Formats: sequence, structure tokens, C-alpha cells
Amino acid sequence: MDEILKIEHLVKTFGTNEVLKDIDFSVYKGNVISIIGSSGSGKSTLLRCINMLEEATGGKILFHGQNILNGEINEDSYRTKVGMVFQSFNLFANLNVLDNCTIGQVKVLKRDKEEAKSIAMEYLAKVGMAQYIEAKPRQLSGGQKQRVAIARALVMNPEVLLFDEPTSALDPEMVGEVLEVMKDLAEAGMTMLVVTHEMAFARDVSNRVIFMSDGRIEEDGDPKTIFTNPKSARTKDFLSRFSS
Amino acid sequence: MSIGEMNFFQRMIYILQEYSGSLIKGAATTMVIAIVCTLLGCVIGFAVGLLQTTEPHKNSGPVKRGLLKAVKLVLTAYVEIFRGTPMMLQAAFIFYGMAQLFNINLGMWSAAFIIVSINTGAYMAETVRGGILSVDPGQSEGARAIGMTHFQTMAHIILPQALRNIMPQIGNNLIINIKDTCVLSIIGTVELFFTFRSISGALYMYFEAATVTMAIYFILTFACSRILRAVENRMDGPADFNLATTDTLAFTSGMTRYDAQKGGTH
Repeated sequence: MDEILKIEHLVKTFGTNEVLKDIDFSVYKGNVISIIGSSGSGKSTLLRCINMLEEATGGKILFHGQNILNGEINEDSYRTKVGMVFQSFNLFANLNVLDNCTIGQVKVLKRDKEEAKSIAMEYLAKVGMAQYIEAKPRQLSGGQKQRVAIARALVMNPEVLLFDEPTSALDPEMVGEVLEVMKDLAEAGMTMLVVTHEMAFARDVSNRVIFMSDGRIEEDGDPKTIFTNPKSARTKDFLSRFSS
Repeated sequence: MSIGEMNFFQRMIYILQEYSGSLIKGAATTMVIAIVCTLLGCVIGFAVGLLQTTEPHKNSGPVKRGLLKAVKLVLTAYVEIFRGTPMMLQAAFIFYGMAQLFNINLGMWSAAFIIVSINTGAYMAETVRGGILSVDPGQSEGARAIGMTHFQTMAHIILPQALRNIMPQIGNNLIINIKDTCVLSIIGTVELFFTFRSISGALYMYFEAATVTMAIYFILTFACSRILRAVENRMDGPADFNLATTDTLAFTSGMTRYDAQKGGTH
């Protein structure tokens, strides 16, 4: 299998607080990985380290064999290959939906405006937001914002898409629409790394589940095994809180 | 009717009739100086505020870091000195200093533009710094996450939002400048306050001339504040967005949870 990301001995400390302790795993093409675990287990920090929003303290992050942490690959061009969807959407508040989805293509990928627009329209249609291209982010609901944010990441044609608790800031009735879009992406073969508290998504949509606890990867395997027959007592304990 | 027989209102009308030309000219001078200097002050303020919020890149060497630190120090001195001294004295300092030290005789206009812009810039620098800091950090994370450089992020995402956030403060500065140009009369700039002094001196009608001039100042500032409010509203656009189309993915009626059974095995 084609290995896109390889994380070796990744460590992240904030002051004296060791948030990530010796993380090792690889992401292969077509992986839809759900990262689950209780709050404070380091899930989001891991994702932010992979996208270089946080500077890792130690270890290596290899993207197709090149270490991103020592400048072997240009930071900005690496980021275009690894898309990110945030819990708080982070849509550009001063730009409308269409411009949110074209600015990266025009400014970073240097596509011409017409091409960028048609690509943006294609992905906005996929997430059901094509009729809202003129709207500003503040005019949209949370679920709509998150779908635009997903389109904004997709137009850059990333090899991996990172989702940092994409539904945690949403009202319950809007969670479904975002998960539908993510499920479509997973079925289309997109490589995804999803930090989530949606156990149904982890179990039924992802094809690999990583359970994190206290800054370490406690268990890594296929969803069926993890949800029905977890090896670790901590995993069992964590999942038992969701089963009732 | 001689001036002595006139009542208060008649004397005001007399001033308006006799001196309408100089009043209009004085008001126009005041407005040109205020508007041009507020704009120039904004440019200075954005440049200074931008530099002051710049953090050195983690890979930049000691020379670059030292240079940035030196520039920031100079800018801080500029901001503190020009905020901390009266503009009237700054005007005298620059106008007479240029003449005495460098033998440069600044004209009325260039002296006015230089002094008021530099002064406004010092205030705007702090305003812009606050405006940049007030933009949600998530905005620059969103931009960095799609590979935009620091410069692109600033130019296309952060500064437009900072500008919107500080619009009320820019309006404030414009209104302050309209009034504060009166200190330029110390270096002989013929603006509205200078006109007031000429009229009151010529006619000995201090109260009437002051009333007329105050009314003109108020009309100018009030009109500007209304116009700027309209500009702000235009920048914001409508608050709601109604389209006759339906969003097929949003479940608007009742609670609809994502149904896992549709996709996978349960």
C-alpha cells in the first residue's frame, strides 16, 4: 500500500506538560482513520502537529519519505497537500463562500480565476452549497459553514484530509449533514484522518480506528475489532461509556 | 441698518453674508487637511502596526531578528513621542525646526499634511495593532492550513477584517482631525479656526462668529460620522441570506441524526 504519512516517535510538550508521548503510526492511501479517545488525550494536538499548526517537540513526520520537521519539504507547499477542517470552521469571514474556495487555488496553486471557480463550483455542489456562493460565512448555519470548509479544503486536491472534531461545535440537528458529506468522501476513496466523538462514524464509516489515551496510541486496528473485541482495558472502558 | 442696531441673529446672518467666501474656503481647507491626513495616517498606521505585530520566523537568523527588533524600537519611540506631546507643539517644532536646522521653508499645505499625518499615524498604529490582534486566530490558521504565506494571509484575510474592525476608530480619528486642524493656526495655516479669528478680529463679534464657526464644525463632523456609518453598513452587507432554493442536506424540520445504518453494518 502507498504510504503517505509516517509518524515516528513524535513528541509534543507544552512547558512541562507532555501531550504527545512517542507516537508511531503510518497513514496509507485510502485509509479513513478515526482517532478517538477522551478529552485531553492528545488527539487534536496530534492532528495540529501533522499540519504544522503546532511545532512538534521531537520525532519525525515523513510525507512520502521526506521529513517535514527539518525543512526537507517547503512548509507551505506541504500544507496544500494536507488539508485541514477545523472544529470552529475558520472560514474567512471577509470573503463569500465562492471566494473562500477560490483564494487558495488562485494565490497558492496559481490557478487562473475561471479554472478555480469551476473547480470550486464542482466541490461546492458536492457538499450541497452551490446555491450559496454569494453568502458570507456569518449568514450560514454551522453545518453549512462546515460543509463550505470541507469544500475549501478539497479544492486544493489534498492527498490527505485532516478533520479536527468537525461536528463538535455543531447543533445536534446539523451533525448529520456534515457526516453525510464525510461519508461520501470516504466512499470516494479520500484518505482521511478524523478526530471525532461520533462513535457511529468511527465504527461504520472509517476503515481504521486509533484509540488514544494519555498522549499515546493505546490501540490501532480495524473498527470491528476495536468496537467488539478491544485488546486494551482502557479502550474497553472508554467504549463502554458510549454503548449504553 | 448699522451693525450696532442688529440683534444676535442679524449679526450672524451678516457674518455669513460678508464672509461666506472665507468661511467656505476655511472649511474646505480644514476638510482637505483632515481627510488627506486621516488617509495618510491610516497608511502610516497600517505599516507601523503591521511591523509591530510581525514575529520573526523560526528559521530567521540573528541579523534578521536584530533588525526587526531595532525597527520595532524606533517605531515604538515614534508612537510614544507623537502620542505623548501636544500636536500644537509638534507643529511648531517641525515647522520652525525645518526652517532653522535644514533651511527648509515648508509651505502651508505641506507643513499641515506632514504634521497631522504623522500625528494621526501614531494613534492609528496602536489602533491597527489592536485591530490585527482582534481578528480570530482561527482565521490565520485557516489560511495557513491551505498553504497561504504569512504575507498572503495578512493581505487577503487579516488586514481586511482588521480594517473593518477599526472603521469606528478611523471615523473617530477623522472627526478629531477636523477639529484639531485648528492648532495649525499656530503656523499660519488658513483653515476654519483661522478664519474665525480673522472675522472676530475684524468685526469684534466674538460670540456670533464663534456660534457660526461652531455650527460649521458640527455640520462637518456630523456629516462625516453619518457617512462613515453608512460605509460600515455597506462593508457588512445584509445580515441574513434568504434564497428561494432549498438546501437538500440541511434537515430543517426536527432533529435528524446521522443514520449510520444507511452506510454500514450495524
